[in-house]
Amino acid sequence: MTSSDTSRNSQPVLRDFCLSVAFLLAITGRPIDSAAGELKAAVAANFSGVANNLGVAFNSATGHRVRFSFGSTGQLYAQIVQGAPFDVFLSADQARAQAAVDEGWAISGSQFTYATGRIVLYSRIPGLRLDAESLRTAPLQQIAIANPITAPYGAAAVQVMRALGVLERFEDKLVRGVNITQTYQFVATGNAEIGFVALSQVSRESSGSRWIVPHKFHRAIAQDAVLLVGGSSNAAARAFLAFLRGSEAQELVEQHGYGTKG
Amino acid sequence: MEISELWPVVRLTLELAIVTTILLLVIGTPIAWWLARSRWRWREAVAAVVALPLVLPPTVLGFYLLIALGPDGPGGWIAGLFGGRTLAFTFQGLVIGSVFYSIPFVVQPLRNAFESFGDRPLEVAATLRASPWDAFWSVAVPLARPGYVTGAVLGFAHTVGEFGLVLMIGGSIPGETRVLSIAIFEMVETLRWAEAHLLAGGMLVFSFLVVSTMMIVEKRMGRASQ
Repeated sequence: MTSSDTSRNSQPVLRDFCLSVAFLLAITGRPIDSAAGELKAAVAANFSGVANNLGVAFNSATGHRVRFSFGSTGQLYAQIVQGAPFDVFLSADQARAQAAVDEGWAISGSQFTYATGRIVLYSRIPGLRLDAESLRTAPLQQIAIANPITAPYGAAAVQVMRALGVLERFEDKLVRGVNITQTYQFVATGNAEIGFVALSQVSRESSGSRWIVPHKFHRAIAQDAVLLVGGSSNAAARAFLAFLRGSEAQELVEQHGYGTKG
Repeated sequence: MEISELWPVVRLTLELAIVTTILLLVIGTPIAWWLARSRWRWREAVAAVVALPLVLPPTVLGFYLLIALGPDGPGGWIAGLFGGRTLAFTFQGLVIGSVFYSIPFVVQPLRNAFESFGDRPLEVAATLRASPWDAFWSVAVPLARPGYVTGAVLGFAHTVGEFGLVLMIGGSIPGETRVLSIAIFEMVETLRWAEAHLLAGGMLVFSFLVVSTMMIVEKRMGRASQ
């Protein structure tokens, strides 16, 4: 076969290929509706239970749609720094939200506290005595926490154990979840005997044993939201943050075991 | 994590891969032998089950293992014998998971090797009054050597490279379940890129060496056996 044959044969192939790609793009592309917008929210894992309810309420109130990506606060922050296409960031602390503003990834002045979290020492075993004393003395095998470097709830758990003087005792018994959701899953499957999880995760769970850790043992987990640079011109993103501040959303947040400012 | 803390991670990963590889060869040999010799009509169904980890997402294996290793599964029962409550979050648990995860990488090359020389050498051994057991060890295993090398290298490398499964059943305990891939993941998550580069670069070199060594060995053995 000569080279001219090849080039003549390849023309229709190339055209077919381009047509197929165009067709695929056409059928997979999402229609852009100007009235009802959409936003992508990076949300700390502890808030996942509320977020889905919140998304439904937000949709029926405004017509906008929100798509959530859950992860540990540190993981999401790392993704934002790498240019992930999120519009808003619901951190599980104030530090990462502040850092996003300071580093130029978020709009200054958009930061506010949308929830205040509590941590709970939880076990799926009913009738287990869980308190400061049992942490000091009871024979325990594994204790699950979220990775303290990336997850604020894990950092709070470490604070509690330090305040109680039991951090050394548990040094080689700490099982680390990637985020607070995995930590809860470790406890819920019974693989970890006990674990520090978010109150929001067990607030609707009546079985098992729990100890809501008193405030004196750790700093309040104030969770801040910010508008990211990528979402600054997205009306749906601004609407979502306004909705999150509003009384309807704040009521929902409280129902899930969070404190709110208002 | 300091640079000095990287070595325990590497050591743990190597320990896991070595223990897993030895177990895989021990478990994989009878399975591969049976698959190569059996004439049972459902043989290929068994082969498919063994090959399942090739196509299953690690999360599926991780999910089942998390339940199986825990207090609701056999793992919890076994752990109970030693005063524990679960095999998840333990080195032993990771070994069990890794064996399931990497078994096709060992069984397949072994089966191919056992099938490659056919019935003839074993028939000859039988006429020389070798017992089937004797024939297996003195004829079949030496003839299947390329399969053993390939299986061992692949099983080892695949165990070093596993991530999703360990993430789900490991719990990132230093010295126990925080292996290389998990350490790299955590470093990237916390933006500690200098250390991540060090470990990731090491893995890159390691993987290249594994693949090229295997290609060379296979070529040599292929030539030697002809």
